[in-house]
Amino acid sequence: MKNPLDSILGTIISGLVLTAVLVVIANSIV
Amino acid sequence: MEWVILLERWLHFLAGITWIGLLYYFNFVQVPALAAAAADTGGPGGAAITKYVAPRALLWFRWAAVVTWLAGAALLGSRFVPAMTLQGENAIIGLGAWLGTIMLLIVWGIIWPNQKKILGIKPATDEEKAKARRTALLASRTNLMLSIPMLFFMAASAHGAGLFLN
Repeated sequence: MKNPLDSILGTIISGLVLTAVLVVIANSIV
Repeated sequence: MEWVILLERWLHFLAGITWIGLLYYFNFVQVPALAAAAADTGGPGGAAITKYVAPRALLWFRWAAVVTWLAGAALLGSRFVPAMTLQGENAIIGLGAWLGTIMLLIVWGIIWPNQKKILGIKPATDEEKAKARRTALLASRTNLMLSIPMLFFMAASAHGAGLFLN
C-alpha cells in the first residue's frame, strides 16, 4: 500500500480524516 | 492583566503564522520546486535554493516553533495542566496544544537533525543524505497532516467550543 504522505493530496486527506476522528474523541470527552 | 494576555495571544499568532507558513512553504513550494529543478536537465538546478533559501527558512521555522509553543503555554496559564490532561471543556484547546507539542518535537527531534545532514551542516555520506531526505520529507508531511486538526482545535477552542457541549 502506498504511503498517503507521499503526496500532498494524500497528506491533506489524512489530516481531514484525523480531524474527524479527533472531533469524535473530543465529543466523548467534553 | 488583560493586556498581557492579549500580547501573549498576539505573539502566539505572529510566531504561529511564521512557523506554519514556512511549513506550508516547504511542502507546497520548496519540495516540489527542488524535484522539478532536479528533473530539469540543463536547467539552473536547485543548488541556490539549498544554499541560500533553505537554511534561512529553517532558521525562522524552528525558532518560530519554539516561540509559538512558549507563547501558547503562557496564554494557557493556569489552564495549562487541565488542557494537557484533557479535562472537560479544556480538552478542546488541549487536543490542539498536544498536536502543536508533537509538531514542535518533530521539528527539533527529526526534521532539523536530518536537515543538518542534507544541507551539509553535519557531515554525512551520500547514502546517509538520501536516507535523511526521506525521513525529513515524511516528518514534514506528518506535520502538514497534524496542522489540519491542530488549527481546527485552536479555532474551535475560541469560536466553536459550544459545538462540543451536549
